[in-house]
Amino acid sequence: MVGIALAVNQIKDMFAVVMLAGIYGLVSASFFVAMDAVDVAFTEASVGAGISTLLMLTTVAMTGRTEHEASHKPLLALIVVAITGGLLIYGTFDMPYFGSADAAVHNHVAPRYIYDSMKEIGVPNMVTSVLASYRGFDTFGEVTVIFTAGIGVLALLSVVQRPKNDAAIEAINDSMHEKHLILRVAIKTMIPFILLYAFYVQFHGDYGPGGGFQAGVIFAAAIIMYAMLFGLSAARRVITQPAVQLLSALGVLVYGSVGVVSMLNGGSFLDYSVLTADPIAGQHLGILLIELGVGLTVASVMIIIFFSFSARREYQQANKGESL
Amino acid sequence: MTMILGLYNYWVVIVLMMIGFYIIIAHGHLIKKIVGLNIFQTSVFIFYISVGKVEGATAPIWQDGIILYSNPLPHVLILTAIVVGIATTALGLALIIRIKEAYGSVDEDEIQTMDNQAMVNQDKEHQ
Repeated sequence: MVGIALAVNQIKDMFAVVMLAGIYGLVSASFFVAMDAVDVAFTEASVGAGISTLLMLTTVAMTGRTEHEASHKPLLALIVVAITGGLLIYGTFDMPYFGSADAAVHNHVAPRYIYDSMKEIGVPNMVTSVLASYRGFDTFGEVTVIFTAGIGVLALLSVVQRPKNDAAIEAINDSMHEKHLILRVAIKTMIPFILLYAFYVQFHGDYGPGGGFQAGVIFAAAIIMYAMLFGLSAARRVITQPAVQLLSALGVLVYGSVGVVSMLNGGSFLDYSVLTADPIAGQHLGILLIELGVGLTVASVMIIIFFSFSARREYQQANKGESL
Repeated sequence: MTMILGLYNYWVVIVLMMIGFYIIIAHGHLIKKIVGLNIFQTSVFIFYISVGKVEGATAPIWQDGIILYSNPLPHVLILTAIVVGIATTALGLALIIRIKEAYGSVDEDEIQTMDNQAMVNQDKEHQ
């Protein structure tokens, strides 16, 4: 990983840099598996190696591939970095050793999460029970952040007027697609399975690794693959832009409403035990609902982001064609 | 020797973090800055996850007969951080696209020069 990071520093071709960043994401995902963090590895593999590489490639396509030589001397930066790194390494001498079970992190709230969550929540995957129940409020905040980022991208990149020469764009797309005939057929057979897998990850998150965040990204990846190979307008016919925007807001709404309903039932915000007579069943129901909300928001925000990026690109291409 | 093995993970994290930091401050290309930011971010993820690891433990999914699990709390924090990270990265890239459209460049120095030029021109107009 250090090697890849150094290569990113040296290489001037942005395409290679972005590809290396993708490999970097994949390597860190396998590192997370080795560290027992299967849920995290899942997310990193789909986000770090998949979606983020894709978005960066789109941006590189719009902004050009080469990097100019920096005019100022990097020596000052190197000194700053060396001093900071040295101080940080000095700080590690007080840190607990790697893998030791009596480190401070393991002795605060973690034992309760590990040993009591089966009794209190009844969900085998502790990551899910901590994410959705014990720290449901944090997760609510994070879902809202994702939603806000989606709105931000929309505000920055949304194309107001439809490009006039739709036919020209269609022609460009068609010529490109004939080159990718094998890919198109292969992807078309894969998409249903990817969608099915996304639903499995969504609803099986209580028992195995998975949950709303991962399922959302996988679901979005299937739609994005479709959009890449069949053109944006075809994908927009499957899922229209207003529908995705509505769904992204709906996800946050579902999450928040579960919290409000549990308040109305006499508990505190996001306390699912009061949703049904049996606290364990209430927890199950609550986790299922809010994971659904998370999945909806994440999937639709990812789709919104990709749609905005590629619509902007088509818009730029159309404008370029007019000016020529 | 035990100290080197015991603290090795923190040092890898620091090296990665510093490479990311260096890319952010030393390079002018805005996309490269975002990649550097991602490397910095991943180093923090690795820090959290490696702190949560317990020697000889298994993944935190309840199974009968297993007592020792790795700490699930860092996993939860990082899981959400990754997805929030991609959302903010997308926002950053969107800003870069708008900068490219407005300035015709994604190099920090060129943009700075253009801004300075515009300021000078404005001052002349006022006089």
